[in-house]
Amino acid sequence: MRQFWGSDGMWLFRRSPAAMLAALVAVVIIGAAALAPWIARTDPYDLASFSLMDGFLPPVWQGGDARFLLGTDDQGRDMVSSILYGARLSLLIGLSAMALATVLGVSLGVAAGYIGGRFDGMVMRIADIQLALPAILTALLIDGIARGILPREVHDDLRVAVLTLAIALSLWVNFARTARASTFVERNKDYVQAAIIMGQHPLRIMIRHILPNILGPLLVIMTVDLASAILLEATLSFLGIGLPSDSPSLGTLIRIGMQFLLSGEWWILWLPTLFLVALVVAINLLGDFLRDLLNPRLR
Amino acid sequence: MLRVENLTVQFPGRHGSFTAVEDVSLRVAPGEIHGLVGESGAGKSTIGAAVIGLLQPPGFIAAGSLHLGDTDLRALSAQEAHRLRGKRISMIFQDPQTSLNPLMTIESQLIETILAHEEISTAAARTRAIDLLEEIGIRDAATRIRAYPHQFSGGMRQRVVIALALCTSPELIIADEPTTALDVVVQSQVLDLLRDLADRRRIGFILITHDIGVIARVADKVTVLRGGRVMETGTTAQVLGQPRHAYTRALMAAVPRLDRKIDRFALPEVVSDVVDKTNVARAQQAEDWLLSASDSTAATGPVLAISDLSVRFIGTRTSLWRKPPAFIALDNISLTVRPGTVMGVVGESGSGKSTLARVITGLVNPAAGEMLYQGQTLPRGRVRTRAHPARRAIQMVFQDPFSSLNGRHRIGTILAEPLLIYGLEPDAARRRNLAAAMLALVGLSPDAIDRYPHQFSGGQRQRIAVARALLARPDFLICDEPTSALDVSIQAQILNLLKDLQARFGLTILFISHNLAVVRQMVDDIVVLKDGRIVEAGRSEPFFAAPRHPYSIDLLSLTPSLGLLDQAIPA
Repeated sequence: MRQFWGSDGMWLFRRSPAAMLAALVAVVIIGAAALAPWIARTDPYDLASFSLMDGFLPPVWQGGDARFLLGTDDQGRDMVSSILYGARLSLLIGLSAMALATVLGVSLGVAAGYIGGRFDGMVMRIADIQLALPAILTALLIDGIARGILPREVHDDLRVAVLTLAIALSLWVNFARTARASTFVERNKDYVQAAIIMGQHPLRIMIRHILPNILGPLLVIMTVDLASAILLEATLSFLGIGLPSDSPSLGTLIRIGMQFLLSGEWWILWLPTLFLVALVVAINLLGDFLRDLLNPRLR
Repeated sequence: MLRVENLTVQFPGRHGSFTAVEDVSLRVAPGEIHGLVGESGAGKSTIGAAVIGLLQPPGFIAAGSLHLGDTDLRALSAQEAHRLRGKRISMIFQDPQTSLNPLMTIESQLIETILAHEEISTAAARTRAIDLLEEIGIRDAATRIRAYPHQFSGGMRQRVVIALALCTSPELIIADEPTTALDVVVQSQVLDLLRDLADRRRIGFILITHDIGVIARVADKVTVLRGGRVMETGTTAQVLGQPRHAYTRALMAAVPRLDRKIDRFALPEVVSDVVDKTNVARAQQAEDWLLSASDSTAATGPVLAISDLSVRFIGTRTSLWRKPPAFIALDNISLTVRPGTVMGVVGESGSGKSTLARVITGLVNPAAGEMLYQGQTLPRGRVRTRAHPARRAIQMVFQDPFSSLNGRHRIGTILAEPLLIYGLEPDAARRRNLAAAMLALVGLSPDAIDRYPHQFSGGQRQRIAVARALLARPDFLICDEPTSALDVSIQAQILNLLKDLQARFGLTILFISHNLAVVRQMVDDIVVLKDGRIVEAGRSEPFFAAPRHPYSIDLLSLTPSLGLLDQAIPA
């Protein structure tokens, strides 16, 4: 632990106020979201826990009810609880989509970079096609296909999974391209040549030798893409392709709030939006810091 | 003219301040070439940067004074310093590839520089530029001036860089390793040019180099630096002729001699890398292990016989429809390597030396020809299975010890890999033990096993790379420029190590190098490659005494002769 705290990375970190603030915000938000069932006062998914009588209560400082710190929405749901549960769902989808995209993109990218030739051409053309399709279109397509082949009840149960898959499919290209480019560089380094001469198995070379050496840039993409995944989920949910309003994510909350944009009940829209912005900006700042940290030229 | 007194340069960092240059004083008179010589980390370039005022931040001058004529360089404002640079002090960098803007013609770069310092007409500036190019030996300058940098050869480009430095008639030029990136032929021309400019134009030069040969050739005075401190200073004849400091003597003893073969480099204890010879018992363990398997190779015939080997690469496509023409990297190469000897392969860059190593190790497929390893056909690259016995028996040591070890693995993991892959030692604890013993054998502490490659110097890493090759229990070792990335004193140590190992274990070595002096110290047989063909082959000593092919004669005569060194080092 002392070694970690004394490392160069931590030294740079302690000298960068932006990174420290971002880390603090991210930790607080992610922690609160993860612990939502224990710290939220009510469960917004449980229809019995709120009543329409409490609807449209403003936040406490605008003379609301002391029970609802940030007020309530049109259904009488506690905003604090909604936001925490929503963030929990958004983060869950964002993280799993990012993880899926990482695994898919990195394995294809490293293999393409290492094997080269026709396989490389094939993977990269698929990536190019994927890049030409907007993420929303991909998501619509997958959602549509899932809707078509799955019975309605199963589809509703699998909504989170479908959304995750759709987001992952529109993000893997970044990982594949970066992994491939870095692999090209590493592949020609002498330590990889030495391993080839030694007759090591190509899979071993890719996983044991190349992968640890290309992790740096991938780590940066992971943080930045986590932010994009969360935003994408919010966008899709906002458009109504994502999650339904009975299990709201941050995007769904914003969609609900949209209806009250001009009606004076500003908190229903603005609070989840600000929360989302804070989360995404914090993660992006951390990603930038990580990029600077891992790039010796910028140090 | 230039007076540097008690210069101290510090780089503040998180682990306290690092003193790169400490208490250095030197004087440069007009028309004098002052050599700064030392190994990497000696602070040579930092002194140059401090004089011209371009220290990399966060470095700063902590103490001392710098005077050019009667100008106090430290008292200048940023703007005055900017005007002084180029006008009175210029700089020549190591790599002519990167110090010229590839998108601008030579003409516009020269004229731009002249106009930046003087208010004359463009036409006048152009005439001046052409005169300058003529002066530094570019023929037909009036037309050549319109060319782009890539249209010049490396040596010509360095001349243009020198012209660029000259175009404001500076009093002092700082040349930072001006010939390191050039071949021997071009190097001697560029050095002659520097000498000529100092004599005719009375320009003072600070010549920064790691190569004592360069100093011996052109410098009037020399300062030997080590770890940011002056070891010795004086006229070149005096410092190199009667070196007083032990470090100067060590540095000179480490330079390989072209004119005779020495069994071992005599290295005094002052060289920079620490060699750990205290673990004799551990080293013995590794030695026994290596010798315990040597009975399997009682071969009498040649270890490696190559006949009519050719390698072609796909060249640049000239047309979309036609197949790109082949680039011939090796053309009908035949050679045999006798067991227990060292075969040297020499040639300039692009001669196919490294390709030869890559074919033998199976990284590259030959287009034609046959390779016999201990009488057995050695399958070509793609066909050679991973389990083929030659994969173990033939090992390789690479040029760059910074990229040949995986930076994310511990030394122990790196060294255990051959034992694991070749199934030489199934037990993990014994693999580790053996790896530690091998480190002792190559002169490192066995504790190094838990550290990472970046914690070692270049020479130490090269030792680790040798240890890795040895742990495969090889019969045949390919060394591809094993010392060209290292300082001379470290190079001497590594060459000594290779000689010792070769003598003790009867290894057969293929030694690839562009440096004829190094090759002479190492090899029994020699092959000279030029453009993928063998121009001369034979026993090494007769070759160096009387080369036959004109190309070999050229190559030998152009390697910088260390005339002064010859008197300095008693045989």
